[in-house]
Amino acid sequence: MTQTPFVEIRHAQKSYGTLEVLRDVNLTVNRGEIVAIIGPSGSGKSTLLRAINDLDPLSAGEVLLEGVQVNKTLPPRAYEAHINEMRQHIGMVFQHFNLFPHLTVRQNVTMAPKLLKRLGEAEANRLAEEQLAHVGMLERIDYYPSQLSGGQKQRVAIARALAMKPKLMLFDEATSALDPELVEEVNQVMKRLAEEHMTMIIVTHEMDFAASVCDRVIFMDGGVVVEEGPPSVVFRTPTQERTRNFLRKYLEGAK
Amino acid sequence: MGLDFSIVPSFAGPLLLGALWTVLLTVVSAVLSFLGGIALAVIALYGPWAIRLPARFIAWLFMGTPLLLQLFLIYFGLVQIGIDLPAFVAGVIGLGLHYAVYNSELIQTAILAVDRGQMEAARTLGLSRPQALVRVVVPQAVRAVVPPIGNNMIALLKDSALVSVIGVAELTLAAQLAIGRTYRAFEFYAAAAVLYYVINLGMEAVLRRIERRIRLSR
Repeated sequence: MTQTPFVEIRHAQKSYGTLEVLRDVNLTVNRGEIVAIIGPSGSGKSTLLRAINDLDPLSAGEVLLEGVQVNKTLPPRAYEAHINEMRQHIGMVFQHFNLFPHLTVRQNVTMAPKLLKRLGEAEANRLAEEQLAHVGMLERIDYYPSQLSGGQKQRVAIARALAMKPKLMLFDEATSALDPELVEEVNQVMKRLAEEHMTMIIVTHEMDFAASVCDRVIFMDGGVVVEEGPPSVVFRTPTQERTRNFLRKYLEGAK
Repeated sequence: MGLDFSIVPSFAGPLLLGALWTVLLTVVSAVLSFLGGIALAVIALYGPWAIRLPARFIAWLFMGTPLLLQLFLIYFGLVQIGIDLPAFVAGVIGLGLHYAVYNSELIQTAILAVDRGQMEAARTLGLSRPQALVRVVVPQAVRAVVPPIGNNMIALLKDSALVSVIGVAELTLAAQLAIGRTYRAFEFYAAAAVLYYVINLGMEAVLRRIERRIRLSR
């Protein structure tokens, strides 16, 4: 019996003019799986991640979530309704947090559930408290983002995404903009999510994190998947020359 | 005939009433210019052409012609096509739309300057484009332009004196009426100037409070 894959990317292709950013990428992610996408900058890893919720639409190819095509071709109005519905199931965390600076932490978390799920004030507040407690940010609930550190902002951004009860979480270099001493608090929150079996696709430069948390590592370069497998294999015994080069450079940089 | 300010207090009532009308005229016009500015900015950037073109025409008309002429046109001109507005209403429309166009220019620039990631984050949560604009982008743009809009509102206060020409008994007209009775031009214009200055101080205090309140949320 073949089961429908949770996330499926088929023949993803993306080009900006003559520049090909993704060339025929195929990827399947199972429910509860935690996948890291690594690779040099310009390898197409962020573009691929942003194609999953159609933030950067593919030039060709399909993205499916539980068998439903995310990047459907529809008339504008129908597409709007469809993509807004799909995105409610796909949480995303950005490198630069993108918290709404004019809203408090509480309002950042409650806005989408109130607007899109018609949650009442009390219910929305309870949800915000629950999600913020989960990321250890409850005591800052009535602060503005400008009053928080980078790590705190990112934890709030994760709570904001989780408040929509997504089936899938996308992390686009969630810790790359953080001061080194703030990375760990965000990693802890992501680890906790992993333990709760949230399906996660994580674009990252942190090989240690990828090795310790992820079930599978995808190495991309030049718009293609060069190598993929369990972290123990990809990191320790990579079969491809390009993977070896990349990891060697990374290790040299880390020293 | 030397200067004699002792005459001024006997006209304190009409002058203060005039000042009150000036405040009222300014506040109502300011609110209109603020909301109108937001509306015009959003239309100019995102509206379908069927609304964008008339909006651009309004912007062109109110930016490219003198406010005094606009007031004459609204008050004396529109009567001819059956629109008979009270002078105060005509004044509010003229001042409000005139400054709405200036505010719109500021807000448009600010909307375009809001970080792209804000729209992306809102869309990622499932908000539609209009929802994201209303909830996320426009509020930030407006906060960013509070200081320059404040400057516009102070200019609006001073331009409200023009509304005296269509017969709104605001501060300038109140001073002129007093002068008509006493022939003491210097004294009453000076008294009006002092009152304008006081109103101005009040407005600046309000604007500073608003700026302080939004300081954290930027």
